[in-house]
Amino acid sequence: MKTLIRTLAAVLGLCMAAGPTLAQIDRPAEIKLGMSTFMTGSAAVLGAPAKVAADMWIEDFNARGGVDGVKLKQTWIDEGQGADKFLTEYRRLAQEPGEKVMVSAISSGYCGALAPVAEDLKVINILWECSSEKVLEGKNYRYVFKTDPNGTMEMVAAVLHLLKVKPDFKTLAVVNQDYAWGRDSWDLFRDALLALKPDVKIVAEMFPKFGAPDFSAEVTRLQALKPDVVLSTAWGGDLDTFLRQASQRGLLKTAQFVLPLADSSLERLGDAVPPGVIVGFVGDGYFADPEFADDPKVRDFVKKFKDKTGFYPDFGVYHMVQALEAITLAYDKTLKANAGAWPTTDQLAATFRTLEYRGLSRPIRMREDGQAMQGQLYGVTLKHSDYPFPQVGELMFYPAELVSPPVGGISADWVKTLKPEILQSQRIQRVGK
Amino acid sequence: MNLDLLLLAAVDGLSYASLLFMIALGLTLICGVFGVINVAHGSFYAFGGYSAATVLAWLMPDDASVPLLVCALLCTAILVGGALGALLERGIMRRFQDRDPVLQLLVTFAVFMILENLQRMIWGSTPVNAGGLVGRMGTIELLGVTFMKYQLLLVPGIALASFFGLQCLLRYSITGRKLLAVIHHREVATALGIDAARMGLMTFALGGALGAVGGALSVPMTTFVPGVAADMVVTSFAVIATAGLGQITGALVASILIGQARALAVYTLPELEVVMPYLMMVLVLLIRPSGLFSVAEARRI
Amino acid sequence: MRHPAFSVGIGCASAALLAMAWIWPWTRMPVITFLCYGMAALGLSVLMRAGQVSFGHAMYALIAGYGAAFTVRTFPGTDALIALAAGVASAVIVGVVVAAFVSRYRGIFFGMLNLGISMVFYSLAGKLYTWTGGTDGLRLERPPLLGMALDRGGFEWGMTLLALLLALLLGWVVQRYFRSSAGQIAIAIRVNETRLEYIGLSARAAMIEAYVISSALVGIGGALLALAQGLMTPEGGYWLRSGEYVFIAILGGAGHAIGAFLGAAVFELILLVGAAYFTAIWQMVLGVTLLIVIFFAPSGLVGRFRQFRPGRAAEDQES
Repeated sequence: MKTLIRTLAAVLGLCMAAGPTLAQIDRPAEIKLGMSTFMTGSAAVLGAPAKVAADMWIEDFNARGGVDGVKLKQTWIDEGQGADKFLTEYRRLAQEPGEKVMVSAISSGYCGALAPVAEDLKVINILWECSSEKVLEGKNYRYVFKTDPNGTMEMVAAVLHLLKVKPDFKTLAVVNQDYAWGRDSWDLFRDALLALKPDVKIVAEMFPKFGAPDFSAEVTRLQALKPDVVLSTAWGGDLDTFLRQASQRGLLKTAQFVLPLADSSLERLGDAVPPGVIVGFVGDGYFADPEFADDPKVRDFVKKFKDKTGFYPDFGVYHMVQALEAITLAYDKTLKANAGAWPTTDQLAATFRTLEYRGLSRPIRMREDGQAMQGQLYGVTLKHSDYPFPQVGELMFYPAELVSPPVGGISADWVKTLKPEILQSQRIQRVGK
Repeated sequence: MNLDLLLLAAVDGLSYASLLFMIALGLTLICGVFGVINVAHGSFYAFGGYSAATVLAWLMPDDASVPLLVCALLCTAILVGGALGALLERGIMRRFQDRDPVLQLLVTFAVFMILENLQRMIWGSTPVNAGGLVGRMGTIELLGVTFMKYQLLLVPGIALASFFGLQCLLRYSITGRKLLAVIHHREVATALGIDAARMGLMTFALGGALGAVGGALSVPMTTFVPGVAADMVVTSFAVIATAGLGQITGALVASILIGQARALAVYTLPELEVVMPYLMMVLVLLIRPSGLFSVAEARRI
Repeated sequence: MRHPAFSVGIGCASAALLAMAWIWPWTRMPVITFLCYGMAALGLSVLMRAGQVSFGHAMYALIAGYGAAFTVRTFPGTDALIALAAGVASAVIVGVVVAAFVSRYRGIFFGMLNLGISMVFYSLAGKLYTWTGGTDGLRLERPPLLGMALDRGGFEWGMTLLALLLALLLGWVVQRYFRSSAGQIAIAIRVNETRLEYIGLSARAAMIEAYVISSALVGIGGALLALAQGLMTPEGGYWLRSGEYVFIAILGGAGHAIGAFLGAAVFELILLVGAAYFTAIWQMVLGVTLLIVIFFAPSGLVGRFRQFRPGRAAEDQES
C-alpha cells in the first residue's frame, strides 16, 4: 500500500512538473477567472454590486480585445453558502485544467483557509477584498497576492483620523462582527490607540455574530454606558441594521461613531446617518473624490455603474476593478517581457511581485511580500444638497507606507511601537477643500 | 452590575421574550394536538415576516397611518400563516397520520426544506426589513435610555393579548373545549363525537397564523435573510421543550425565562448570549425530563 | 453479507469508486464527503435500531473535528491517523458522559435533549474565538499520512483510500453488531422496553452501549472530513446537519449497514447534480425525495430491496 501511494505521488508530481512546460507552448483559448463574492445573505449588499461591476468590466475588456486576443471567462462562487461548500467549489475550480487565476474572497475567514490551498495547487490567487493582515503576514506565499489594502493600514489610519478629529475623548466602546475581520481589526485598532493615547478607557467590547439580525441589546448597552466614541468595523447588511437601530434610538447623535467600512452603507441608509460621523473607504476609492472629479475614465465608469444598478460604486466595486486591472496589466507586462510567448504561472507571479497598477483612484504599488500599498482616505459625513444621502468631506489621505509595518514585520507588534509624532507627519495630505 | 443595568436588561429581554412566545405558542399548540414537533414552523415565521415586509413596503410610501400599518401587518400574517398551516395539514400531514411520530417529524423537516427553497425563490437572498414602521411609531425614554415604542409596547402587548385570547378561547368557547379534549386524548374525543380531523386542521391553521404573526412582528426590528427560519425554529424548540410540550402557560414562563437569561448575558457574559436558550433547556430537561409544566403520563405496559 | 452476490456488489462498487477518484481528482473530496456522511448516518442507524432518533448527533462530528484540529495545531507533524484517533477519542469521551444522562430518556425528549446539548456545543464553538476560531473555524495544516508527507493530490488520494477502508470496516462491524445479542436487545428497547427489563436485561445499559457506538461512528466521519478538508467550522455541528444525517439514515434504511451508505450516495448525488444543474431548487428536490421515501418506503431503500427477495425472514423489524 505504501509503495502504491508513493508511486502514485511520484507520477502525480511528474505530471504537475510537466504541466507548466506544456503550457508554455500553447496559447490558451481563454483565461478562466475563478471569482468569489457574497451572493446570498446579508453580506450580499456588498458582494452583489462588486459582481455586477466585475461582469461589466470584463465584458468591456473582452470587447476591447482581451489579453492580446485571449478573452477572460469568469465563474462565480457564492461565499454565502458556508465554508465547507465554498472550499469544495473553490478547490474544484482551482483544479480544473487550463489557464486560470482565482480571484477570491471577501470574507477574511475564507481567505485564511484558501490561501494555503492556492499555494499548494500553484494557482495564482488574488485576494481582492478580504482585509485581515493575518492572511499574508509571516507566510511568504509565492502565488497569493492582495490587490487591496490590509487591516493594519485601515485601522492605523482610522486611529490617526479619530485623534485628528476628536483628540480629547475619554471612553471608547467597540461593536464588531464576531469573525476574523471583526476580531483582528479590533486588536489592531486598540493597540494602535493605546500606543498613541494610553489614557483611553475601553468601556465595552461587543462582538455580535456575523449576520446577526438584531442589535437592540447592543444599542441599549451603549446608551447605558454612554461612551464618547463608538467604533465599528462592521460592513454590509450587519452595519445597515446596526446603524438603523442605533439611529432610531438617537445613539448616532450622542456618541462619535467611527465607521471605517461605512462607505457602502451610506447610500442605503440616507438620512439615518447624521453629519459628523467618521467614515473610511477601505482604501481611497470614493466616487465623489474631488481629486478625480475630472478624470474621464473614473467619471465614465461611475456613470455606467449608476445607470446599470441605480447606485454609486462603493469600496467593494473599487477593489474589484483594481484587482481586474492588476491581473490584466500583469499579463500584458509578462507577455511583453516574453516577446509574445504565453507566460507561465511562475513568470506571472514574478511580475505581480513588482507590479504598479491603478484602479479608479490613486496609483498602487505591489510590495515584494504580496501586499498592495494603497493609501487610506478618511473623512466626516456631511449633508449635501445634490445627493439624498450623506457625502464625506474634510477628506484626509494617509499614504500606505506611513501606516504599514516594514516588509516582514508583524502588524500586531508594530502597532504597539507607534509614536504620537506620527500625527504631525507631513505625508498626511488634505484632499479637496 | 447596578440596578439600573439590571432593569435595562429586563426591558430588553421583554421584547425578545414576547417574540419567542408568539412563535413557541403556535408550535406548542400543534405539538399538543398532534404530538408531533413541526419543524416547518420556522417557515411559517419566515413567510409571515417576508409577506408582511412586502405589504408594508407597498403601503409605506403612501403615508398610511400607523394603526393601519399595524393592522395590515397582522392581517397579512394571519392570512398567510393560516393558509400555509391549513395547506400543510390537509395536503401532507393527513397522509402520514398514522405513522411513527419521528417519521411525522421528518415529514415536517422535508416540508421545511421545500418551503425554505420556495421562500428563497420568491424573495431572493437580499436582506429584507421593514424598519420604517418602527421609526414611525416613535421612541420612549426609560431610565435615561431611549427605547422604541414598537419594541417596548406593541410587541409585548400583542403577545399578551394572544396569550389571554387563546386562554379564553380554550376555556370559554365550545371549539376551545373540544380542542382541549383532543389534546388530552384524541381517541376518546373522537369516540365522544368530536370531529378530530377538523380540530386538527384548525390547530394547524391557528398555529401557522401565530408563527406568522411572530415573523411579522420581527421583521420591522430585525433583518430577514435565508437561514433566519432555521435559527428561530431551533430556539423555539428550546422554549417548548423547557416548558413542556403542549403547555401554553408554560410557554409564556419559559419564553420570559429564556428571554431574560439572554438579555442578562449580553450585559454580563456577552460571549454566552447565544448559548443561553440551549443551556437553560438542557438544565431544565435534566431536572424535569418532560419540561417544567408537564403532566404526568400513565405508563403503558 | 452472507450472499456472495452482495459481497461482489460491494467489491465492484468500491473498485468503481476508486477508479473514479483516480481518474478525476476533483471527485476525491465528494467521495470522501459521501463516505463520511455515510459513516455518520451509520451511527444514527445504530440508534434507530433502539427506536431512538437523536437530532443532535452532529455534535460528535463537531467535537471529533475540533479534537483532530487541536491535535494537528498543537503538535505539528502528528500523523493524520493519530489526529483521527484523538478526535474520535474526544467524541467518545463526551459521548459516554452524555449517554449517562441521556439514556433515561425516550422518544421525542431524547431527540430534544440531544438537540439542546448539540446547540450548546455549536454556540460555544462559534463564540469562543480564541480557542475555536469562531465562525471561521480552525485551519489544519496538512498532516503526514502513515509517516509520509504528501502533497495535495497524494493526500486526498490517501484520504479517499482511508475513508473507503474505514467505511467497509465499520459497515461490517455494525452489521455484526446488528446480528449480535446486543443488537437484538436494542430492538427490544423499541418494541417493548418493560418486558426487556422483566427478563433481567438492562435497557439502560443497552442504550448506553448503542449511544457510545453511534457517537464513535459520527465522530469518525467528522474527524476524517475535517482532516481531508483542512478546515473545521462550527457548521459541522449545526442541527440542520444532524437532520441531514437522520434524513440519510431514513433514506437508506436502518435495517442494514449498507443502508446508510446508499442513502449518503443518493444524498450526495442530489447535492452535486443540484449544485450543477438546478441550483435554484435543489433543496426542494431533497425535501420532495424525503417525502416520497417516507411515504412509499419508510424502511428506506434497504427495505425496498428486501421486499424483492422472497423467503428471507424479516429478522429486522423496522418502523
